[in-house]
Amino acid sequence: MSAPLMQATGLTLNFGRIRALDDVGISIWPGEVVAIVGESGSGKSTLLRVLSGQAQADAGQVLYDGQDVGAMTEAGRRRLLRAEWGFVHQNPRDGLRMAVSAGGNIGERLMAQGNCHYGNIRKSAASWLQKVEIEVDRLDDLPRTFSGGMQQRLQIARTLVTEPRLIFMDEPTGGLDVSVQARLLDLIRALVAELGLAVLIVTHDIAAARLLAHRIVVMRHGRVVEEGLTDRVLDDPQHPYTQLLVTSVLAA
Amino acid sequence: MTYSYAFLDEATKRMIRRAILKAVAIPGHQVPFGAREMPLPYGWGTGGIQVTASIIGRSDVLKVIDQGADDTTNAVSIRRFFARTAGVATTTHTAEASIIQTRHRIPERVLQPGQIIVYQVPMPEPLSRLEPRVVESTKLHALADYGLMQVRLYEDIARHGRSASAYNHPVMVNGRYLMSPSPIPAFDNPKMDRMPALQLFGAGREKRIYAVPPYTSVKSLDFEDHPFDPIRAPHPCAICGATDSYLDEIVTDDVGGRMFVCSDTDHCEERAP
Ligand SMILES: Nc1ncnc2c1ncn2[C@@H]1O[C@H](COP(=O)(O)OP(=O)(O)OP(=O)(O)O)[C@@H](O)[C@H]1O
Ligand SMILES: [Mg+2]
Ligand SMILES: [Zn+2]
Repeated sequence: MSAPLMQATGLTLNFGRIRALDDVGISIWPGEVVAIVGESGSGKSTLLRVLSGQAQADAGQVLYDGQDVGAMTEAGRRRLLRAEWGFVHQNPRDGLRMAVSAGGNIGERLMAQGNCHYGNIRKSAASWLQKVEIEVDRLDDLPRTFSGGMQQRLQIARTLVTEPRLIFMDEPTGGLDVSVQARLLDLIRALVAELGLAVLIVTHDIAAARLLAHRIVVMRHGRVVEEGLTDRVLDDPQHPYTQLLVTSVLAA
Repeated sequence: MTYSYAFLDEATKRMIRRAILKAVAIPGHQVPFGAREMPLPYGWGTGGIQVTASIIGRSDVLKVIDQGADDTTNAVSIRRFFARTAGVATTTHTAEASIIQTRHRIPERVLQPGQIIVYQVPMPEPLSRLEPRVVESTKLHALADYGLMQVRLYEDIARHGRSASAYNHPVMVNGRYLMSPSPIPAFDNPKMDRMPALQLFGAGREKRIYAVPPYTSVKSLDFEDHPFDPIRAPHPCAICGATDSYLDEIVTDDVGGRMFVCSDTDHCEERAP
């Protein structure tokens, strides 16, 4: 098997007396979708922030493509974040520029990479709006005129426009209605398959994990308590906490 | 009560000169300085005045313009201030001045080696509208991460069909730092590029100094397919007939009469028949 795209070992991070991450190890291979599930406060968002270089762990190491992310300069990390990585936030306000048009939002990463051709930027932005199923005539509209689901799709377009290799998603369907969630999940699944992206997705939703993920990582109290192929973890959970998680979903 | 030469005490002038030297050494980079209270409210050019006060000497000849004109109240009072506190000669002729303090214009006459132009700057940070957090905008400068500024230009074209903002169009200095040219018309931006004179910028309220040394590249931000192309009103000057100067529109009566004249009054007077 090829080398992992990202590999973290021994990640530990304390907030005062709270141990948000406790000796966490995780790997993701090119083109793989890994879901991180677990109860509120179990450290999922903290893990994503550490992996994406937005927070520093007290101990442990994150390797991306063999490079130590913690040892990179901030300039190097930012370059990765806007070129090879992408981050989709639960709240679209954290991931979009609300005062900038949809086209400007999608074009930002292209421009940050030095693309200086207005016509080409606009063409890419329009084609990405289409890919995320937003009418092209909304190109010059501000995100606040969009519904919650459209804002999330815009955030995805803005992130994917530079064709990154690794996407972090923190509950991307979090605040949405169930039917809107389903449509967004379908879209994510199609784009991920089409582009061969590696995705680390945090979700509360076991059904979403089953739909999207090749592998599942179960977290509790800052530790990884179980991980494995999606079907195996969901159909034959080993850890008592995973069993509880799966049955409570089935019961719901 | 007596004042020091050029009003500011020597320690303050030394501190400002250090900031100026650093600014010249890092073209386009904003250097913080400990701005002093001046006998003028902010917005009246206190940043420019402090820079001028720190570089001026008895042999200097000072010109002060406000929007191109030497005879506005503000320009006149700054000129008088330095005539009184620094004992310098003053002039309205660009060619004769060794220091030109300006608000919102660059003279039409090409500035020469040895001259210094001091800009009054209300807002030094070109990213402020897009990134109000100072810590973050400082970081963007450190990393030369200017995609955000290009986004603003994109928005201008998407909304108005043009890339040039009429004033304060951002520039890249020496291919490294994004800089606000102060609210000069975009028409003046090309004059900054490889200018033989030293350009100093003082922002009093924000306590920042920045500089462009002589012959430094200053490029207005644009897109390949929407090159920087500032607007000039399509008229000759009604007084001197100039077709290549920046014009002010002047209302001549109360029935809608108007005319276009050079905003640079010295330039116009020199050319006028
Ligand atoms: N910046 C911070 N300062 C202090 N404590 C923090 C901080 N960030 C997270 N924590 C704590 O670390 C623990 C893990 O938080 P985290 O946000 O990673 O959980 P989560 O699994 O994403 O939860 P949720 O499902 O509610 O989003 C929690 O106890 C949280 O209160
Ligand atoms: Mg979270
Ligand atoms: Zn004229």
